[in-house]
Amino acid sequence: MGKITFPVEASHIMMFARAVGDTNPVYHDAEAAKKSEVGGVIAPPTFAQAVAQFDPDYHLRPKAGEKWFGSAKGPSGIEGKPASSGGLHAEQHYEYIRPLRPGDVLTVETKPGKTWEKESKRAGKLTFRERVTEYRDQKGELVMIARGVGVTTERPVDQG
Amino acid sequence: MALKASALKVGDTHSERVVENLSRTQIVQYAGASGDYNPLHTDEVYTVQAAGYPSVFAHGMLTMGLTGKMLTNWVGDGRLTKFGVRFTNQVWPGDTLDAKATVAAIREENGKQVADLTISTTNQDGKEVVSGTATARLDP
Repeated sequence: MGKITFPVEASHIMMFARAVGDTNPVYHDAEAAKKSEVGGVIAPPTFAQAVAQFDPDYHLRPKAGEKWFGSAKGPSGIEGKPASSGGLHAEQHYEYIRPLRPGDVLTVETKPGKTWEKESKRAGKLTFRERVTEYRDQKGELVMIARGVGVTTERPVDQG
Repeated sequence: MALKASALKVGDTHSERVVENLSRTQIVQYAGASGDYNPLHTDEVYTVQAAGYPSVFAHGMLTMGLTGKMLTNWVGDGRLTKFGVRFTNQVWPGDTLDAKATVAAIREENGKQVADLTISTTNQDGKEVVSGTATARLDP
């Protein structure tokens, strides 16, 4: 996986904060944020996940000219797609060196970590995959580290 | 508002209702902002008929974001040094979530006071949907 350039923008932070129902002015009001302890708009703690917007190959975004597995005329735009799309998010961990701010241009690099398996009554065989992502700023300084664990299940998770 | 080490003790808690009657529209809003358009979260037809789930469900990261709101409201802006969670159960449209943080330790790190917190977010049935930990810098 190549390096991704992630420009951090004020309107994107505002939209992200709205989506998590966070009305804290430090995420959308430059004047109020200037008077706060952090001295300006910052991004909320889970904003870094929105790097997906800047990944040209991100598989969970429909792309022009490519078939999409969500519904259209039929329940899935890709015939013969397995019953479970499989990938679920199992864990997410962040280490913060400093908050992200509008104007930051981050270079983001993800490396695969450990892989392990587990048997589950609710979803069959589970395969866990770890990914470690480093976020560096325009000066090349590390500002944040993310460690995500994804799980693919053998079948949809039983709700019983 | 940051927390003061002198006014905080192990076992102190803070909780907030971070969402009430979660709407499908808020899940769509999160998909748009985060860029994660997995139809499992936004496309009821696909999720029920093709993937075999009872309905669409929230992104784990939406639940983590909602939980983070409770944390930053308590510890202050830009104070977190660590925040990590496990997604223990799915979150569905109509869910009401309460997020809670408990002080597990107050200690020094690089000459500064920090608090280690344990985190738990539960739904209206008392079922845990997120469990985790965080560390925040404190004022003296």
